Amino acid sequence: MIPAAFEYYRPTDMAGVIALLKEHGDDARVIAGGHSLIPMMKLRMAEVPHLIDLQAIEGLNGISIAGGTVKIGAMITQHEIINSAELEKAAPIMKEAALQIADPQVRYMGTIGGNVANGDPGNDMPGLMQCLNAQFHLVGSDGDRVVDARDFYEAAYMTDREDDEVLIAVSFAAPIGGFAYEKQKRKIGDYATAAAAVQISKEGGKVGAASIAMTNLSDTPIWSEAAGAALIGTACDEASVKAAVTAMLSDIDPTEDNRGPVAFKRHAAGIVLGRAIARAWSRA
Amino acid sequence: MSNKMHVKLNVNGEDHEFLAEPRELLIYALREKLNITGPHVGCETSHCGACTVTMNGKSVKSCTVFVAQANGAEVTTIEGLGNPDALHVLQENFKEHHGLQCGFCTPGMITRAAKLLEENPNPTEADVRFGIAGNICRCTGYQNIVKSILSAASEMNAAKEAAQ
Ligand SMILES: Cc1cc2nc3c(=O)[nH]c(=O)nc-3n(C[C@H](O)[C@H](O)[C@H](O)COP(=O)(O)OP(=O)(O)OC[C@H]3O[C@@H](n4cnc5c(N)ncnc54)[C@H](O)[C@@H]3O)c2cc1C
Ligand code: FES
Ligand code: FES
Repeated sequence: MIPAAFEYYRPTDMAGVIALLKEHGDDARVIAGGHSLIPMMKLRMAEVPHLIDLQAIEGLNGISIAGGTVKIGAMITQHEIINSAELEKAAPIMKEAALQIADPQVRYMGTIGGNVANGDPGNDMPGLMQCLNAQFHLVGSDGDRVVDARDFYEAAYMTDREDDEVLIAVSFAAPIGGFAYEKQKRKIGDYATAAAAVQISKEGGKVGAASIAMTNLSDTPIWSEAAGAALIGTACDEASVKAAVTAMLSDIDPTEDNRGPVAFKRHAAGIVLGRAIARAWSRA
Repeated sequence: MSNKMHVKLNVNGEDHEFLAEPRELLIYALREKLNITGPHVGCETSHCGACTVTMNGKSVKSCTVFVAQANGAEVTTIEGLGNPDALHVLQENFKEHHGLQCGFCTPGMITRAAKLLEENPNPTEADVRFGIAGNICRCTGYQNIVKSILSAASEMNAAKEAAQ
């Protein structure tokens, strides 16, 4: 499995990256950990005549938590997410989810920037970012901008990012309350058959706020506002969980593939969401 | 477009310089350019872990790294951990506890286990199983691999204590 030949660049600043992207248009792409891009290039499903490595760019490797806001640099790996005590304290759902991605070797290389920019519906971080109502920070030749994770995904591998833009960080308000990332997969290292990201906060014994997002059940991640709304004000009893699951099921649109037929995926989606809500509520 | 680039790699403490196309995979540079054949090609699709090496302190599948990305890196392979005259504790324990049968997965398995024990010197059985989840073995059923790694961990810890 030999990918098509390419020109390799390792610029040392972002201006260099942007200049190369502008010069080569959609013939150029950045590479972060390479663990989505290289397999695609090996299969020749992606051809990248100009490959721009982000490894030497400074300023993409930090996790900062200040004033209740968590900011994670694009080149932070899943391994680093798992091992950051500070992040675990501020947003423990990040570690719970990262531990369910791929396998140890992949987690040393796979970055949060690559995971959210990739646009593969199978990636776990995009749904999680929507659950957390995260913002994506982009820089490009026309300047900087910030996009909500909930507005970023258009279709499989299609996002709001322009070809000459680089994602430099994600940020979100440190979540409050209980959390859970629940994922059904065929084996370790597999993408989700169905996965759910849930944050729930409790007020006076009732659900104060709830945010629910689903992974690999449509051609984009699905933040189900209706599913969250079905829980608010309830005691998270059986009937309200059922209502949340029903609401979620009308927002997803899975397709049949080697992970199973549509009916099975809808069944699995209901199960993982039920479990995620129960765990999040028990922690709220 | 066969634009070769100059690549520098430090492998097992030794500096190497060679010309390669950027798209060459690290595993092939190691095996075919440098004759370091410990890391194996099992699947070539990032799934089996037979090609695992340590690169700049990370366990990586060297079939999923372009040699261009590795340029300037420090790499450790099974050859850098031990040799037939001076086996690494993990190699001793794999031998002792039948941690291998055909041996195809073993270089990647031990290279990964070495990194795991460096990061977590006192793993539980569950930690070991989770930590080697990226390495597939078709022969052993993993039981003896886990046993070998746990035994190596306690031997390494005993040696550390004795040294203090
Ligand atoms: C065996 C295996 C199992 C896996 N299992 C899972 C899993 O269960 N769940 C999961 O979520 N992922 C899984 N992955 C994917 C893995 O997590 C990837 O590493 C991750 O999706 C992409 O991160 P990366 O840094 O490797 O990105 P790359 O492969 O380097 O890049 C991916 C894409 O994003 C673009 N890109 C990267 N960084 C940026 C940036 N900063 N700005 C703009 N564009 C950028 C690239 O141009 C490319 O198009 C698996 C991978 C493997 C090999
Ligand atoms: S050969 Fe690299 S993971 Fe199988
Ligand atoms: S010993 Fe044969 S594959 Fe592991």
